[in-house]
Amino acid sequence: MWIRSALAYPASFVLMLCSSMLITVMDFVAVVLMFSHITSFGGFSLGEMALLYATASLTLGIADLFTGSIERVGDRIRTGSFDAYLIRPVPAFLQTAADGFALRRLGRPLQAGVVGVFAFHHVDVDWTVARGIMLVVSVVAGSIIFGAIFVLGAAFQFISVDSAELANSFTYGGQTMTQYPLTVFGKEIVRAVTFVVPLAFVNYYPVLYLLGKPAPLGLPSWIGLLSPVVAVAMVALASLAWRSGLRRYRSTGS
Amino acid sequence: MPVIELSKVSRSFTVTSRTGFRRTRRFVHAVDDLSFTVEPGEVVGYIGPNGAGKSTTIKMLTGILVPSGGSIRVAGVDPSRHRLKLAKRIGVVFGQRTTLWWDLPLKDSFAVLQKMYDVPMARHRENLATFVELLDLGDLLDVPVRSLSLGQRMRGDIAAALLHDPEIVYLDEPTIGLDVISKARLREFLGQVNAERRTTVILTTHDLDDIEALCTRVMVIDHGRQIFDGTLDHLKASQSAPRTLVVDLAASLPPIEISGATVVKVDGPRQHLTFPASTSAAPLLAEIAANYPLADLSVAEPTIESVITQLYAPTRA
Repeated sequence: MWIRSALAYPASFVLMLCSSMLITVMDFVAVVLMFSHITSFGGFSLGEMALLYATASLTLGIADLFTGSIERVGDRIRTGSFDAYLIRPVPAFLQTAADGFALRRLGRPLQAGVVGVFAFHHVDVDWTVARGIMLVVSVVAGSIIFGAIFVLGAAFQFISVDSAELANSFTYGGQTMTQYPLTVFGKEIVRAVTFVVPLAFVNYYPVLYLLGKPAPLGLPSWIGLLSPVVAVAMVALASLAWRSGLRRYRSTGS
Repeated sequence: MPVIELSKVSRSFTVTSRTGFRRTRRFVHAVDDLSFTVEPGEVVGYIGPNGAGKSTTIKMLTGILVPSGGSIRVAGVDPSRHRLKLAKRIGVVFGQRTTLWWDLPLKDSFAVLQKMYDVPMARHRENLATFVELLDLGDLLDVPVRSLSLGQRMRGDIAAALLHDPEIVYLDEPTIGLDVISKARLREFLGQVNAERRTTVILTTHDLDDIEALCTRVMVIDHGRQIFDGTLDHLKASQSAPRTLVVDLAASLPPIEISGATVVKVDGPRQHLTFPASTSAAPLLAEIAANYPLADLSVAEPTIESVITQLYAPTRA
């Protein structure tokens, strides 16, 4: 139904899909260009970078597809149109996430898929069933972690209406960061994205594990298997935040 | 058994104002120590000046807002705790904004609602047919909500709020901004729904004609406190607003002198006199007819506006 709503403006829809594809493709072209000058970046080859890039982009893309709209809750809170969601027998969370469900957001996961295929041809990994399952599970967990950050950001908007950009710096900004080997950013950053905002679990640690590379900060390499645990914790945190946000909702004057 | 029960409910908001670098916080009590009950099938007019706490009350009754104190039970449950469960049993119309989907045609909005509320298809069709007929929505079903006029949209919103056969309907200023004909049609429709389905209706409004046409009971709220609860007749009687006698004399005269009434306005040969609601108009008429050249006359009952104004006055010092 919301898809139909989006298709009410067909020309604009096609343009948006194309532009969102184009923007994300240009993104990876930059990485390829970089590798025409160097052969290894933070200990990663081009193929390995592609894998990192694809998983970062895919997880964010999936999260964005399902929960990206939720950041707009701030507008709804400010104008009071959030009231309309609260009188329906469907959780406000689902309605907020589904509202403005944008097919154009398919652009990013599609492009990530293309880069992923490229990565599979260039990385030196013995693809067993177990590794395959691990990759899929990690992508799902990673998407959930990004999704939880979207929701946390949205929940924060119940307190401070104009804070949408704060969450964006962790999601879209986080994606830009996690498409590179995190060690190039220095130890402090690696610590921050491991223990504070667990972005490193989205794709970096799982990919390190897959590629058989050692984890930074002297952490054990099986830390890459912990993504689902982190995802569960993030979901718990996000749902708590969202609920308390709802209870703090003050609506508008009329 | 009452369908709505409020006991000592209050809701306050913190308002932060900033002067220079100093931030001051203060509490504003939108609703303060409010208690009332509503029986099934009642039509209650909930009135009060702007900012009295009407919308806040409605929002607490729907579970949108969590009360700061006191307890609320609607259809046996606490609205803010069981909001989703309650949602199927209530219908809400916010006159100020639509709850429909802006870019979708009305009929698609209705189709979404049928799924959301899980209304059996046969029942949905039956309701839709009834509302389309009563609210004259036939030509509007294919029009996107954004293209509807205010009156059309309001009819759509009201149909949407009733499609799932709610036990209780909250209407927050449903006639705001509508023309006289649309208002009359809406009132007629709401009266019919209440009569046929025994739907409990809570209605906030600034249009006292809405109350006069629909409501068996009136509640007046001001500064978050209830200042009246009873029938409309009761409301009129409780406030001894004076009645007005308008006399047309054969010629322009200075203010006439009649015992028991005072002239408040002279308008050429027409003079307006007020007299207490408790006295009969008959002796006054006789006295005027005996002493002055009387051409025509009429007696005006106190308007509900004047009654309400009087009611607000003491709390607005």
